[in-house]
Amino acid sequence: MSDLKEAEHQNTSESSDQGEFLEENAPGESENPMLIASDSYENLNYEILDGTSTAQRQTPNTESNETSTGEESNNEEQTETANDVAKKKQEIVPVEEDHDDVNSEHWRSQSKHIFILSEAGKPIYSRHGSEDKLVTIMGVMQALVSFVGDAKDSLRCMIAGDHKFVFLVRDHLLLVGVSSGMDSTHQILLQLTYVYNQVISVLTQSTLCKIFKQRRNYDLRRMLSGAEKFFDNLINLMDSEPGLLLGAVRCLPLDGSVREIIAQSIVQHAKIKDLVFGLIITNNQLIALVRIKKYYLHPMDLHLIMNLVNASESFKTAESWTPLCLPKFDSSGFLQAHISYLDDSCNTCLLLLTVDRESFFTLSDCKSKIKERLLKYNALRAISDSLQKTAYGIQQCGINDLRHFLYKSKSTAQYTSPELEAPYVTQKEKDRLFGLYKYLHHRIHTSGRPLKILFHVGPYETLLGWVTQGFELYAVFGPLVTKTSAIHAVNKLLRWIKREEDRLFILNSVTF
Amino acid sequence: MSIGEQNMKSLEAKVVVLGSQGVGKTSVVIRYVGGMFSKAVSPTIGASFFTYKLNLDSYRVKLQVWDTAGQERFRSMAPMYYRKANAAMLLYDITCTDSFYDVKDWVKELKKNVDTPIVMCLLGNKSDLDSGRKVPIEDAEEYAKSIGALFYEVSALKNTGIEDAFLHVAKELIKLYETNPEAGFHVPEQNTSSDIFGSNEPMKLQETNEPVQKQKECGC
Ligand SMILES: Nc1nc2c(ncn2[C@@H]2O[C@H](COP(=O)(O)OP(=O)(O)OP(=O)(O)O)[C@@H](O)[C@H]2O)c(=O)[nH]1
Ligand SMILES: [Mg+2]
Repeated sequence: MSDLKEAEHQNTSESSDQGEFLEENAPGESENPMLIASDSYENLNYEILDGTSTAQRQTPNTESNETSTGEESNNEEQTETANDVAKKKQEIVPVEEDHDDVNSEHWRSQSKHIFILSEAGKPIYSRHGSEDKLVTIMGVMQALVSFVGDAKDSLRCMIAGDHKFVFLVRDHLLLVGVSSGMDSTHQILLQLTYVYNQVISVLTQSTLCKIFKQRRNYDLRRMLSGAEKFFDNLINLMDSEPGLLLGAVRCLPLDGSVREIIAQSIVQHAKIKDLVFGLIITNNQLIALVRIKKYYLHPMDLHLIMNLVNASESFKTAESWTPLCLPKFDSSGFLQAHISYLDDSCNTCLLLLTVDRESFFTLSDCKSKIKERLLKYNALRAISDSLQKTAYGIQQCGINDLRHFLYKSKSTAQYTSPELEAPYVTQKEKDRLFGLYKYLHHRIHTSGRPLKILFHVGPYETLLGWVTQGFELYAVFGPLVTKTSAIHAVNKLLRWIKREEDRLFILNSVTF
Repeated sequence: MSIGEQNMKSLEAKVVVLGSQGVGKTSVVIRYVGGMFSKAVSPTIGASFFTYKLNLDSYRVKLQVWDTAGQERFRSMAPMYYRKANAAMLLYDITCTDSFYDVKDWVKELKKNVDTPIVMCLLGNKSDLDSGRKVPIEDAEEYAKSIGALFYEVSALKNTGIEDAFLHVAKELIKLYETNPEAGFHVPEQNTSSDIFGSNEPMKLQETNEPVQKQKECGC
């Protein structure tokens, strides 16, 4: 790595040169992936601008685009329009009534707010407080957006002190994220996109549009009643689960042979006409995914599926049969989902997704047979064993001074990372670590010019980010590590991941 | 029961449980099928499927119970669950007038969309909360009579009335089957398919769902 450019900042060095990882394939790489390997983070910008989905768009030049959302690092982007509307805001705010949540210290001190309102300014959802008591502030948000909109412009972002306000307008909905944390504008935008997709997942886009076309003033809370917990749960997940930021899913560590048995059980017993996806998940981790040959699952849709399962206690009572829209797969219609747990402790969840609304009993039979086969081959035991013990600790990688890392294999849209260990055990430290990753991720992806490697020395730890054609790696070292030794260490880490790749990733995409 | 096992006839019937959000559909079904009550029951997503077997007269009856979700957004999905149903349990909460009105909408919808004969049973749940009663028992009785439905006030919490109601429904189902064997019942001996939904026409991938305009949630 002698050709690393000179450090520009005192403590950060950047490079647009390729790293030196020499192996032919990146660890966890597969020619035969089952998830859509879009670099969804960078494509997000296009998607918001022109409304096309990443699933259809195969943008080849993901490395070179300049992002155009407002960035805090760039002063010019606190636009005049933002200043104008900020003035307007000051005029409106004093009208707030006393019982508004806005005046509560507790509400104000929350580090991240997410709001959903209708185009007409009707409150639909607020992460904190009750949206009923936030009518005024939501009115202000709507006014800001339409004020800028009237000038044929669109409001993307406002910075006020240490708070960022990010706005997203989609299909009659206005989504607003307010953060005082480490999230970049672009990252908040990604979170808002997730929340928007969660709305679509329970309603479908066509229903949403139809409703508001019929009545601009419709109170959408009626249709979303009972779905609030999906939003709460999803937003919490985004604060703790790096997969949503990375556009990648984590797999439950299992031996390749066990994985094969599990996937084959689904293939053998659920080869049913019109069944599109069969998958088994546990605790936000993927165990198996079988799909019809011509369809792939987008990691974003998979995260929404995990969120649905996490947030619905009701699936633990009995076999369920429910409509479910996967926005990236088809935002206009519902798939029908047969959802059941395979174990008595309700950890391992089987989902069979079909377009045939009449096939419940057929799928119920499939479920029994799959379960039988998994029991026969001790696969359920293997799953619960893997769940019981921690995935792996950083010591197992055998690399000095490496504290933690996130590794994403781009082609498979899967990622791996070790368990959190000291010092990242208290909530505060966990949040701080996640903040570091957000910072690193942001610097690597949304810098003015494409970065391949970023080395950053912070007060408590040193960060190394490295992006290649095949992978993204974010590594956290102790504070005293040198650049050379860090690069040496990640090369060693990559070799370790390569050795473990069968256990950590699903490399073989199984189809019906 | 003196009839030998081999002389028992088998009957499978599909029962759909309908009613607004929070009236206690899941609680009633779990009380009947699982014999328990949980204060912490969660709202149903889509529909949950339960089976219950009982022997009645010379019949081995298997009830396939669809416990549907009362949340508004699932309203347009309801036909999928009540289509080909042999019995409908229509639940309201005796402390919530709106939930009683909602039942009337359900009945209208069933009359319009179900053309096979169907046993209807009106259930006023949460009878343990008599002090907060909003729906007089006479009103409900009269209404049930007017639509030819059975009627019980029940409590999932106190376990009153539920057993009787389901037993009565099962009796009516047998009666219906004996007078009208073609009424869409599934009789295992005659048909080995477990799919009582019947037709198996594939749905199109681009299928869109219908929007719902009517207010259906319990406003209490
Ligand atoms: N006091 C009293 N409370 C009841 C009774 N039955 C149900 N509940 C309570 O009513 C609430 C809703 O019960 P559920 O069984 O979830 O209602 P549901 O009709 O299935 O609701 P959805 O699935 O959302 O449509 C829960 O808090 C129950 O504890 C009852 O007989 N008496
Ligand atoms: Mg329920």
